[in-house]
Amino acid sequence: MNPASFIAPVVRELPPSGIRRFFDLVAETKGVISLGVGEPDFVTPWHIREACMYSLEKGYTMYTSNHGLLELREEIVNYLAKNFALRYDPKREILVTVGASEGVDLAMRTLLCPGDEVLIPDPSYVSYMPCVTLAGGRAISVPTRAEEEFKLNPAVLESLITPRTKVLVLCYPNNPTGAVMTESELLSVAEIVERHNLIVVSDEIYAELTYEGKPVSFAALPGMRDRTVLLSGFSKAFAMTGWRIGYVATNADFLAAMVKIHQYTMLCAPVMGQMAALEALRNGETEKKRMVTTYDQRRRFVVAALREMGLDCFEPKGAFYVFPSIKATGLSSADFAERLVLEAKVAVVPGTAFGSSGEGHIRCSYATSTPHLKEAMSRIKDFLTTL
Amino acid sequence: MTEATKRSILAILAENNRLAPEDIAAMLCLPVEEVTNFIREMEESNVIVKYNTLINWEKAGEEIVTALIEVKVVPQREVGFDTVAERIYRFPDVKSVFLMSGGFDLTVLVEGKNMKDVALFVAEKLATLEYVQSTATHFVLKKYKQDGVIFEDKEDDHRLIVSP
Repeated sequence: MNPASFIAPVVRELPPSGIRRFFDLVAETKGVISLGVGEPDFVTPWHIREACMYSLEKGYTMYTSNHGLLELREEIVNYLAKNFALRYDPKREILVTVGASEGVDLAMRTLLCPGDEVLIPDPSYVSYMPCVTLAGGRAISVPTRAEEEFKLNPAVLESLITPRTKVLVLCYPNNPTGAVMTESELLSVAEIVERHNLIVVSDEIYAELTYEGKPVSFAALPGMRDRTVLLSGFSKAFAMTGWRIGYVATNADFLAAMVKIHQYTMLCAPVMGQMAALEALRNGETEKKRMVTTYDQRRRFVVAALREMGLDCFEPKGAFYVFPSIKATGLSSADFAERLVLEAKVAVVPGTAFGSSGEGHIRCSYATSTPHLKEAMSRIKDFLTTL
Repeated sequence: MTEATKRSILAILAENNRLAPEDIAAMLCLPVEEVTNFIREMEESNVIVKYNTLINWEKAGEEIVTALIEVKVVPQREVGFDTVAERIYRFPDVKSVFLMSGGFDLTVLVEGKNMKDVALFVAEKLATLEYVQSTATHFVLKKYKQDGVIFEDKEDDHRLIVSP
Protein backbone atom coordinates (compact mmCIF):
# COMPACT_ATOMS: atom_id res chain seq x y z
CA MET A 1 0.00 0.00 0.00
CA ASN A 2 1.22 3.48 -0.85
CA PRO A 3 -0.24 5.87 1.73
CA ALA A 4 0.74 8.93 -0.31
CA SER A 5 -1.48 7.83 -3.18
CA PHE A 6 -4.54 8.17 -0.93
CA ILE A 7 -3.90 11.81 -0.14
CA ALA A 8 -6.28 14.15 -1.93
CA PRO A 9 -4.55 16.00 -4.78
CA VAL A 10 -5.58 19.39 -3.44
CA VAL A 11 -3.65 18.69 -0.24
CA ARG A 12 -0.78 16.89 -1.93
CA GLU A 13 -0.20 19.84 -4.20
CA LEU A 14 -0.46 22.43 -1.47
CA PRO A 15 3.02 23.99 -1.20
CA PRO A 16 4.64 23.41 2.20
CA SER A 17 5.32 26.44 4.37
CA GLY A 18 8.13 28.57 2.92
CA ILE A 19 9.92 28.80 6.23
CA ARG A 20 10.15 25.11 7.08
CA ARG A 21 13.61 24.54 5.59
CA PHE A 22 14.79 27.81 7.01
CA PHE A 23 13.48 26.87 10.44
CA ASP A 24 15.62 23.73 10.40
CA LEU A 25 18.70 25.70 9.41
CA VAL A 26 18.21 28.17 12.28
CA ALA A 27 17.43 25.43 14.78
CA GLU A 28 20.70 23.65 13.90
CA THR A 29 22.86 26.77 14.29
CA LYS A 30 24.11 27.63 17.77
CA GLY A 31 24.05 31.11 19.33
CA VAL A 32 21.51 32.62 16.95
CA ILE A 33 19.58 35.76 17.85
CA SER A 34 16.21 35.33 16.23
CA LEU A 35 14.37 38.22 14.65
CA GLY A 36 12.27 35.58 12.90
CA VAL A 37 9.54 35.11 15.45
CA GLY A 38 6.00 36.09 14.53
CA GLU A 39 4.65 36.39 18.05
CA PRO A 40 5.07 38.70 21.05
CA ASP A 41 8.11 38.16 23.27
CA PHE A 42 5.98 39.08 26.26
CA VAL A 43 4.47 36.25 28.22
CA THR A 44 0.70 36.68 28.72
CA PRO A 45 0.21 39.27 31.51
CA TRP A 46 0.01 37.61 34.89
CA HIS A 47 -3.50 38.80 35.77
CA ILE A 48 -4.81 37.03 32.67
CA ARG A 49 -3.01 33.78 33.49
CA GLU A 50 -4.15 34.03 37.09
CA ALA A 51 -7.76 34.51 36.01
CA CYS A 52 -7.50 31.32 33.96
CA MET A 53 -6.14 29.38 36.95
CA TYR A 54 -9.00 30.69 39.08
CA SER A 55 -11.53 29.59 36.46
CA LEU A 56 -10.00 26.09 36.52
CA GLU A 57 -10.27 26.02 40.30
CA LYS A 58 -13.93 26.94 39.96
CA GLY A 59 -14.44 24.02 37.61
CA TYR A 60 -14.75 25.74 34.23
CA THR A 61 -13.70 22.75 32.14
CA MET A 62 -16.76 22.15 29.99
CA TYR A 63 -17.99 22.99 26.47
CA THR A 64 -19.35 26.45 25.98
CA SER A 65 -22.02 27.53 23.51
CA ASN A 66 -20.82 27.04 19.92
CA HIS A 67 -20.66 30.80 19.62
CA GLY A 68 -18.49 31.09 22.74
CA LEU A 69 -19.35 32.37 26.21
CA LEU A 70 -22.02 35.04 25.92
CA GLU A 71 -20.20 37.17 28.51
CA LEU A 72 -17.10 37.12 26.33
CA ARG A 73 -19.07 37.98 23.20
CA GLU A 74 -20.61 40.93 25.05
CA GLU A 75 -17.18 42.15 26.09
CA ILE A 76 -15.93 41.77 22.50
CA VAL A 77 -18.86 43.88 21.30
CA ASN A 78 -18.07 46.57 23.90
CA TYR A 79 -14.41 46.48 22.97
CA LEU A 80 -15.13 46.86 19.24
CA ALA A 81 -17.55 49.71 19.97
CA LYS A 82 -15.10 51.55 22.19
CA ASN A 83 -11.98 51.13 20.10
CA PHE A 84 -13.27 50.95 16.53
CA ALA A 85 -16.73 52.54 16.66
CA LEU A 86 -18.29 49.26 15.48
CA ARG A 87 -21.73 47.95 16.42
CA TYR A 88 -22.48 44.24 16.56
CA ASP A 89 -25.13 42.10 18.20
CA PRO A 90 -23.37 39.77 20.66
CA LYS A 91 -25.98 37.03 20.18
CA ARG A 92 -26.08 36.86 16.39
CA GLU A 93 -23.01 38.57 14.99
CA ILE A 94 -20.04 37.40 17.06
CA LEU A 95 -18.32 34.01 17.01
CA VAL A 96 -15.40 33.08 19.26
CA THR A 97 -12.93 31.03 17.20
CA VAL A 98 -9.79 28.99 17.77
CA GLY A 99 -7.48 31.85 16.87
CA ALA A 100 -8.12 34.29 14.04
CA SER A 101 -6.71 31.54 11.78
CA GLU A 102 -9.87 29.48 12.20
CA GLY A 103 -11.77 32.56 11.12
CA VAL A 104 -9.84 32.67 7.82
CA ASP A 105 -10.75 29.06 7.11
CA LEU A 106 -14.40 29.51 8.11
CA ALA A 107 -14.76 32.65 6.01
CA MET A 108 -13.35 31.02 2.89
CA ARG A 109 -15.35 27.81 3.26
CA THR A 110 -18.51 29.81 3.90
CA LEU A 111 -18.14 32.20 1.00
CA LEU A 112 -16.43 30.33 -1.83
CA CYS A 113 -17.85 28.20 -4.61
CA PRO A 114 -15.44 26.20 -6.80
CA GLY A 115 -13.48 28.57 -9.02
CA ASP A 116 -14.40 31.77 -7.15
CA GLU A 117 -11.50 34.16 -7.05
CA VAL A 118 -10.04 35.74 -3.94
CA LEU A 119 -7.72 38.72 -4.15
CA ILE A 120 -4.88 38.63 -1.62
CA PRO A 121 -2.29 41.35 -1.09
CA ASP A 122 1.25 40.10 -1.70
CA PRO A 123 3.28 39.86 0.50
CA SER A 124 1.03 38.78 3.33
CA TYR A 125 0.58 36.17 6.04
CA VAL A 126 1.05 32.61 4.88
CA SER A 127 -2.36 31.06 5.51
CA TYR A 128 -4.73 33.00 3.25
CA MET A 129 -3.76 31.28 0.01
CA PRO A 130 -3.89 27.70 1.33
CA CYS A 131 -7.27 28.36 2.99
CA VAL A 132 -8.64 29.67 -0.30
CA THR A 133 -7.28 26.68 -2.19
CA LEU A 134 -8.66 24.19 0.35
CA ALA A 135 -12.06 25.88 0.09
CA GLY A 136 -12.02 25.33 -3.68
CA GLY A 137 -11.32 28.94 -4.59
CA ARG A 138 -8.57 30.51 -6.67
CA ALA A 139 -6.12 32.74 -4.85
CA ILE A 140 -5.02 35.75 -6.89
CA SER A 141 -2.05 37.81 -5.67
CA VAL A 142 -2.33 41.57 -5.66
CA PRO A 143 1.27 42.76 -5.73
CA THR A 144 2.20 45.62 -3.43
CA ARG A 145 5.43 47.60 -3.61
CA ALA A 146 7.97 49.08 -1.22
CA GLU A 147 7.73 52.40 -3.08
CA GLU A 148 4.08 52.56 -1.97
CA GLU A 149 4.88 51.33 1.52
CA PHE A 150 3.27 47.99 0.66
CA LYS A 151 -0.21 49.47 0.66
CA LEU A 152 -2.85 48.17 -1.68
CA ASN A 153 -2.87 50.19 -4.89
CA PRO A 154 -6.52 50.69 -5.99
CA ALA A 155 -5.67 50.70 -9.72
CA VAL A 156 -3.70 47.43 -9.44
CA LEU A 157 -6.48 45.94 -7.35
CA GLU A 158 -9.16 46.89 -9.85
CA SER A 159 -7.14 45.58 -12.80
CA LEU A 160 -7.22 42.09 -11.26
CA ILE A 161 -10.97 41.94 -10.71
CA THR A 162 -12.79 39.50 -13.00
CA PRO A 163 -16.42 38.34 -13.10
CA ARG A 164 -15.33 35.46 -10.81
CA THR A 165 -13.85 37.72 -8.11
CA LYS A 166 -15.85 37.34 -4.93
CA VAL A 167 -13.64 38.13 -1.97
CA LEU A 168 -10.87 40.60 -1.16
CA VAL A 169 -8.59 39.83 1.76
CA LEU A 170 -7.33 42.85 3.69
CA CYS A 171 -4.61 42.36 6.28
CA TYR A 172 -3.53 45.67 7.76
CA PRO A 173 -1.47 46.27 9.83
CA ASN A 174 0.35 43.78 7.68
CA ASN A 175 2.51 40.82 8.49
CA PRO A 176 5.29 40.79 7.15
CA THR A 177 5.64 44.41 6.06
CA GLY A 178 4.20 46.39 8.98
CA ALA A 179 2.21 48.44 6.46
CA VAL A 180 -0.90 50.25 7.66
CA MET A 181 -3.60 51.73 5.46
CA THR A 182 -5.18 55.02 6.47
CA GLU A 183 -8.89 55.71 6.48
CA SER A 184 -8.77 57.64 3.21
CA GLU A 185 -6.77 54.88 1.51
CA LEU A 186 -9.24 52.29 2.75
CA LEU A 187 -12.12 54.44 1.48
CA SER A 188 -10.82 54.14 -2.09
CA VAL A 189 -10.68 50.37 -1.62
CA ALA A 190 -14.23 50.42 -0.21
CA GLU A 191 -15.43 52.22 -3.29
CA ILE A 192 -14.03 49.45 -5.52
CA VAL A 193 -15.50 46.79 -3.23
CA GLU A 194 -18.91 48.39 -3.52
CA ARG A 195 -18.72 48.86 -7.27
CA HIS A 196 -17.76 45.25 -7.91
CA ASN A 197 -20.02 43.80 -5.23
CA LEU A 198 -17.17 42.11 -3.34
CA ILE A 199 -16.97 40.72 0.18
CA VAL A 200 -13.99 41.70 2.31
CA VAL A 201 -12.33 39.34 4.75
CA SER A 202 -10.42 41.77 6.95
CA ASP A 203 -7.80 40.26 9.22
CA GLU A 204 -7.25 42.95 11.85
CA ILE A 205 -5.31 40.88 14.37
CA TYR A 206 -2.58 43.56 14.58
CA ALA A 207 -4.97 46.54 14.79
CA GLU A 208 -3.99 47.46 18.33
CA LEU A 209 -0.35 47.59 17.29
CA THR A 210 -0.81 50.76 15.24
CA TYR A 211 1.73 53.40 16.12
CA GLU A 212 0.45 56.55 14.50
CA GLY A 213 -3.12 57.66 14.95
CA LYS A 214 -6.06 55.45 15.85
CA PRO A 215 -6.48 52.14 14.05
CA VAL A 216 -9.30 52.07 11.52
CA SER A 217 -11.42 48.97 11.01
CA PHE A 218 -12.52 48.39 7.43
CA ALA A 219 -15.94 47.37 8.76
CA ALA A 220 -16.39 50.86 10.24
CA LEU A 221 -16.32 52.54 6.81
CA PRO A 222 -19.68 53.66 5.37
CA GLY A 223 -21.57 50.74 3.85
CA MET A 224 -18.83 48.20 4.63
CA ARG A 225 -20.11 46.65 7.85
CA ASP A 226 -22.25 43.99 6.19
CA ARG A 227 -19.74 43.43 3.39
CA THR A 228 -16.97 42.67 5.85
CA VAL A 229 -16.02 39.56 7.74
CA LEU A 230 -13.92 41.05 10.51
CA LEU A 231 -11.33 38.70 11.99
CA SER A 232 -9.40 39.46 15.11
CA GLY A 233 -8.26 37.94 18.36
CA PHE A 234 -6.15 38.16 21.47
CA SER A 235 -2.80 36.81 20.29
CA LYS A 236 -1.02 40.00 19.39
CA ALA A 237 -2.59 42.79 21.48
CA PHE A 238 -2.63 40.78 24.70
CA ALA A 239 0.33 38.45 24.04
CA MET A 240 -1.92 35.38 24.04
CA THR A 241 -0.81 33.40 20.98
CA GLY A 242 -0.83 29.96 22.59
CA TRP A 243 -4.32 30.35 24.01
CA ARG A 244 -5.75 30.21 20.48
CA ILE A 245 -8.66 32.59 20.99
CA GLY A 246 -9.90 34.74 18.13
CA TYR A 247 -13.23 36.03 16.99
CA VAL A 248 -15.32 36.81 13.95
CA ALA A 249 -17.67 39.78 13.72
CA THR A 250 -19.95 39.97 10.71
CA ASN A 251 -23.56 40.16 9.60
CA ALA A 252 -25.95 37.59 11.11
CA ASP A 253 -26.34 35.59 7.86
CA PHE A 254 -22.62 35.07 7.31
CA LEU A 255 -22.14 34.37 10.98
CA ALA A 256 -24.86 31.72 11.16
CA ALA A 257 -23.29 29.98 8.15
CA MET A 258 -19.83 30.10 9.69
CA VAL A 259 -21.18 28.73 12.97
CA LYS A 260 -22.46 25.67 11.06
CA ILE A 261 -18.91 24.75 10.05
CA HIS A 262 -17.46 25.73 13.43
CA GLN A 263 -19.93 23.59 15.38
CA TYR A 264 -19.14 20.45 13.39
CA THR A 265 -15.37 20.95 13.40
CA MET A 266 -14.41 22.78 16.59
CA LEU A 267 -17.61 22.65 18.59
CA CYS A 268 -16.31 25.57 20.61
CA ALA A 269 -13.08 27.37 21.48
CA PRO A 270 -11.43 26.06 24.67
CA VAL A 271 -13.22 27.40 27.75
CA MET A 272 -10.04 28.20 29.68
CA GLY A 273 -8.81 30.37 26.85
CA GLN A 274 -12.19 32.09 26.73
CA MET A 275 -12.03 32.81 30.48
CA ALA A 276 -8.56 34.29 30.03
CA ALA A 277 -9.77 36.39 27.10
CA LEU A 278 -12.60 37.72 29.24
CA GLU A 279 -10.10 38.92 31.83
CA ALA A 280 -7.95 40.45 29.06
CA LEU A 281 -10.85 42.55 27.81
CA ARG A 282 -12.03 43.56 31.27
CA ASN A 283 -8.70 44.46 32.85
CA GLY A 284 -6.00 44.23 30.21
CA GLU A 285 -5.81 47.80 28.97
CA THR A 286 -2.82 48.93 31.08
CA GLU A 287 -0.64 45.96 30.20
CA LYS A 288 -1.64 46.24 26.55
CA LYS A 289 -0.58 49.88 26.46
CA ARG A 290 2.71 49.06 28.16
CA MET A 291 3.50 46.44 25.52
CA VAL A 292 2.49 48.71 22.62
CA THR A 293 4.73 51.50 23.96
CA THR A 294 7.66 49.10 24.17
CA TYR A 295 7.09 47.81 20.62
CA ASP A 296 6.93 51.38 19.36
CA GLN A 297 10.28 52.27 20.95
CA ARG A 298 11.92 49.17 19.52
CA ARG A 299 10.39 49.87 16.10
CA ARG A 300 12.02 53.27 15.95
CA PHE A 301 15.30 51.91 17.21
CA VAL A 302 15.41 49.16 14.57
CA VAL A 303 14.37 51.40 11.67
CA ALA A 304 17.04 53.93 12.65
CA ALA A 305 19.69 51.21 13.01
CA LEU A 306 18.85 49.57 9.65
CA ARG A 307 18.87 52.91 7.84
CA GLU A 308 22.13 53.87 9.46
CA MET A 309 23.77 50.76 8.06
CA GLY A 310 22.57 51.77 4.61
CA LEU A 311 19.57 49.47 4.16
CA ASP A 312 16.57 51.00 2.46
CA CYS A 313 13.76 50.68 4.98
CA PHE A 314 10.34 52.32 4.84
CA GLU A 315 8.83 53.15 8.20
CA PRO A 316 6.31 50.48 9.20
CA LYS A 317 3.37 51.98 11.08
CA GLY A 318 1.99 48.79 12.61
CA ALA A 319 2.49 45.17 13.77
CA PHE A 320 5.99 44.30 15.06
CA TYR A 321 7.93 43.85 11.85
CA VAL A 322 10.23 45.90 9.71
CA PHE A 323 10.73 44.88 6.11
CA PRO A 324 13.96 46.41 4.83
CA SER A 325 15.16 46.06 1.26
CA ILE A 326 18.38 44.09 0.76
CA LYS A 327 18.40 44.60 -3.01
CA ALA A 328 21.55 46.73 -2.79
CA THR A 329 23.50 43.66 -1.64
CA GLY A 330 22.72 41.87 -4.90
CA LEU A 331 21.58 38.79 -2.96
CA SER A 332 18.17 37.17 -3.13
CA SER A 333 16.06 37.23 0.05
CA ALA A 334 16.64 33.53 0.62
CA ASP A 335 20.43 33.73 0.10
CA PHE A 336 20.71 36.80 2.30
CA ALA A 337 18.74 35.19 5.13
CA GLU A 338 20.69 31.95 4.89
CA ARG A 339 24.08 33.64 4.89
CA LEU A 340 22.99 35.94 7.72
CA VAL A 341 22.22 32.91 9.89
CA LEU A 342 25.41 31.04 9.03
CA GLU A 343 27.83 33.98 9.02
CA ALA A 344 26.35 36.46 11.50
CA LYS A 345 24.05 34.25 13.58
CA VAL A 346 20.97 36.40 13.16
CA ALA A 347 17.73 34.85 11.95
CA VAL A 348 15.31 36.85 9.83
CA VAL A 349 12.66 35.52 7.46
CA PRO A 350 13.14 35.92 3.69
CA GLY A 351 10.46 38.17 2.26
CA THR A 352 9.60 35.53 -0.33
CA ALA A 353 8.12 33.31 2.41
CA PHE A 354 5.16 35.71 2.23
CA GLY A 355 4.77 35.95 -1.53
CA SER A 356 6.84 36.78 -4.58
CA SER A 357 6.49 40.54 -3.99
CA GLY A 358 8.61 40.02 -0.89
CA GLU A 359 11.69 39.30 -3.03
CA GLY A 360 14.52 41.65 -2.17
CA HIS A 361 13.29 42.10 1.38
CA ILE A 362 13.69 40.42 4.75
CA ARG A 363 11.27 40.42 7.65
CA CYS A 364 12.82 41.42 10.97
CA SER A 365 10.59 41.01 13.99
CA TYR A 366 11.24 43.38 16.86
CA ALA A 367 9.28 41.23 19.28
CA THR A 368 12.48 40.62 21.20
CA SER A 369 14.26 42.47 24.00
CA THR A 370 16.12 45.73 23.32
CA PRO A 371 19.55 44.33 24.29
CA HIS A 372 18.98 41.45 21.83
CA LEU A 373 17.89 43.88 19.13
CA LYS A 374 20.96 45.99 19.73
CA GLU A 375 23.25 42.99 19.41
CA ALA A 376 21.40 41.76 16.31
CA MET A 377 21.72 45.16 14.63
CA SER A 378 25.43 45.25 15.32
CA ARG A 379 25.83 41.73 13.86
CA ILE A 380 23.87 42.64 10.71
CA LYS A 381 25.98 45.77 10.31
CA ASP A 382 29.20 43.74 10.51
CA PHE A 383 27.77 41.17 8.10
CA LEU A 384 26.98 43.87 5.52
CA THR A 385 30.59 45.06 5.52
CA THR A 386 31.75 41.56 4.57
CA LEU A 387 29.60 41.46 1.41
CA MET B 1 10.17 68.15 24.92
CA THR B 2 6.72 66.99 26.06
CA GLU B 3 6.06 65.68 29.55
CA ALA B 4 5.22 62.28 28.07
CA THR B 5 8.58 62.13 26.28
CA LYS B 6 10.40 63.09 29.47
CA ARG B 7 8.62 60.32 31.34
CA SER B 8 9.50 57.87 28.55
CA ILE B 9 13.21 58.67 28.84
CA LEU B 10 13.11 58.19 32.60
CA ALA B 11 11.14 54.95 32.26
CA ILE B 12 13.62 53.57 29.70
CA LEU B 13 16.55 54.39 32.00
CA ALA B 14 14.78 52.95 35.03
CA GLU B 15 14.41 49.68 33.12
CA ASN B 16 17.93 49.60 31.62
CA ASN B 17 20.43 52.33 32.43
CA ARG B 18 23.07 50.83 30.14
CA LEU B 19 21.33 52.11 27.02
CA ALA B 20 23.31 54.93 25.43
CA PRO B 21 21.69 58.33 24.77
CA GLU B 22 22.02 57.48 21.05
CA ASP B 23 19.83 54.39 21.55
CA ILE B 24 17.23 56.26 23.56
CA ALA B 25 17.19 59.03 20.96
CA ALA B 26 16.51 56.45 18.25
CA MET B 27 13.79 54.77 20.30
CA LEU B 28 11.94 58.05 20.78
CA CYS B 29 12.84 59.78 17.48
CA LEU B 30 14.66 62.63 19.25
CA PRO B 31 17.93 64.43 18.55
CA VAL B 32 20.73 62.83 20.60
CA GLU B 33 21.72 66.19 22.03
CA GLU B 34 18.24 66.74 23.45
CA VAL B 35 18.37 63.40 25.25
CA THR B 36 21.88 64.03 26.58
CA ASN B 37 20.89 67.46 27.88
CA PHE B 38 17.73 66.18 29.50
CA ILE B 39 19.59 63.35 31.26
CA ARG B 40 22.20 65.81 32.54
CA GLU B 41 19.44 68.11 33.82
CA MET B 42 17.76 65.22 35.59
CA GLU B 43 21.04 64.18 37.16
CA GLU B 44 21.76 67.70 38.32
CA SER B 45 18.31 68.17 39.83
CA ASN B 46 18.54 64.79 41.58
CA VAL B 47 15.51 63.35 39.75
CA ILE B 48 17.93 60.70 38.53
CA VAL B 49 19.45 59.91 41.90
CA LYS B 50 21.82 57.10 41.04
CA TYR B 51 22.51 54.38 38.45
CA ASN B 52 22.24 51.11 40.33
CA THR B 53 22.73 47.48 39.47
CA LEU B 54 20.41 45.02 41.16
CA ILE B 55 22.55 42.12 42.35
CA ASN B 56 21.39 38.85 43.82
CA TRP B 57 24.04 38.79 46.57
CA GLU B 58 22.94 35.44 47.83
CA LYS B 59 23.67 33.92 44.43
CA ALA B 60 26.98 35.78 44.33
CA GLY B 61 27.93 33.82 47.44
CA GLU B 62 27.70 36.71 49.91
CA GLU B 63 26.20 36.09 53.33
CA ILE B 64 23.90 39.00 53.90
CA VAL B 65 21.14 39.22 56.46
CA THR B 66 18.32 41.69 55.95
CA ALA B 67 15.86 42.78 58.62
CA LEU B 68 12.75 44.89 58.45
CA ILE B 69 12.38 46.89 61.63
CA GLU B 70 9.19 48.59 62.72
CA VAL B 71 10.12 51.69 64.69
CA LYS B 72 7.82 53.81 66.85
CA VAL B 73 9.13 57.30 67.51
CA VAL B 74 7.99 60.48 69.21
CA PRO B 75 7.66 63.20 66.60
CA GLN B 76 9.39 66.44 67.41
CA ARG B 77 8.05 69.94 67.36
CA GLU B 78 8.53 71.77 64.01
CA VAL B 79 10.48 68.97 62.30
CA GLY B 80 8.06 66.09 62.89
CA PHE B 81 9.70 62.80 61.98
CA ASP B 82 12.40 64.14 59.70
CA THR B 83 15.17 64.69 62.22
CA VAL B 84 14.85 61.33 63.83
CA ALA B 85 14.58 59.70 60.40
CA GLU B 86 17.84 61.36 59.44
CA ARG B 87 19.52 60.12 62.61
CA ILE B 88 18.56 56.66 61.46
CA TYR B 89 19.19 56.76 57.71
CA ARG B 90 22.69 58.14 58.10
CA PHE B 91 23.90 54.76 59.41
CA PRO B 92 25.44 52.84 56.48
CA ASP B 93 23.85 49.61 57.79
CA VAL B 94 20.47 51.14 57.05
CA LYS B 95 19.47 50.52 53.43
CA SER B 96 15.97 52.04 53.34
CA VAL B 97 13.82 54.19 55.59
CA PHE B 98 10.14 54.91 54.98
CA LEU B 99 7.67 56.98 57.00
CA MET B 100 4.52 54.89 57.41
CA SER B 101 0.86 55.32 58.22
CA GLY B 102 -0.75 52.88 60.67
CA GLY B 103 0.52 51.07 63.75
CA PHE B 104 4.12 52.28 63.70
CA ASP B 105 6.05 55.20 62.25
CA LEU B 106 9.17 54.16 60.38
CA THR B 107 10.05 51.09 58.36
CA VAL B 108 13.80 50.60 58.50
CA LEU B 109 15.57 48.03 56.33
CA VAL B 110 18.91 47.02 57.78
CA GLU B 111 21.57 44.78 56.29
CA GLY B 112 24.31 43.03 58.18
CA LYS B 113 26.75 40.14 57.85
CA ASN B 114 24.75 37.94 60.21
CA MET B 115 21.85 38.03 62.64
CA LYS B 116 24.03 39.02 65.55
CA ASP B 117 25.37 41.96 63.59
CA VAL B 118 21.87 43.23 62.91
CA ALA B 119 20.63 42.52 66.44
CA LEU B 120 23.54 44.47 67.88
CA PHE B 121 22.85 47.38 65.59
CA VAL B 122 19.24 47.50 66.72
CA ALA B 123 20.05 47.10 70.40
CA GLU B 124 22.96 49.50 70.52
CA LYS B 125 22.32 52.09 67.84
CA LEU B 126 18.65 52.17 66.95
CA ALA B 127 16.74 51.41 70.16
CA THR B 128 18.93 53.69 72.22
CA LEU B 129 18.22 56.76 70.11
CA GLU B 130 16.37 59.53 71.84
CA TYR B 131 12.74 59.70 70.62
CA VAL B 132 12.72 56.04 69.57
CA GLN B 133 9.97 54.47 71.67
CA SER B 134 10.12 50.88 70.53
CA THR B 135 11.36 48.56 67.78
CA ALA B 136 10.16 45.24 66.37
CA THR B 137 12.68 43.35 64.22
CA HIS B 138 11.64 40.92 61.47
CA PHE B 139 14.38 38.99 59.69
CA VAL B 140 14.07 38.32 55.96
CA LEU B 141 14.33 34.62 55.23
CA LYS B 142 14.30 34.70 51.42
CA LYS B 143 14.06 37.37 48.75
CA TYR B 144 11.79 36.51 45.86
CA LYS B 145 11.33 39.85 44.19
CA GLN B 146 12.90 43.24 44.77
CA ASP B 147 12.26 46.60 43.10
CA GLY B 148 9.94 44.96 40.59
CA VAL B 149 12.47 42.32 39.59
CA ILE B 150 11.92 38.61 40.19
CA PHE B 151 15.21 37.04 41.29
CA GLU B 152 14.76 33.56 39.87
CA ASP B 153 12.45 34.18 36.94
CA LYS B 154 11.72 30.83 35.38
CA GLU B 155 9.91 32.30 32.40
CA ASP B 156 12.34 31.51 29.62
CA ASP B 157 11.59 32.23 26.00
CA HIS B 158 9.68 29.14 24.91
CA ARG B 159 8.77 30.47 21.47
CA LEU B 160 9.64 28.66 18.26
CA ILE B 161 12.84 30.18 16.91
CA VAL B 162 11.21 31.07 13.59
CA SER B 163 7.48 31.35 12.96
CA PRO B 164 5.32 33.06 10.33
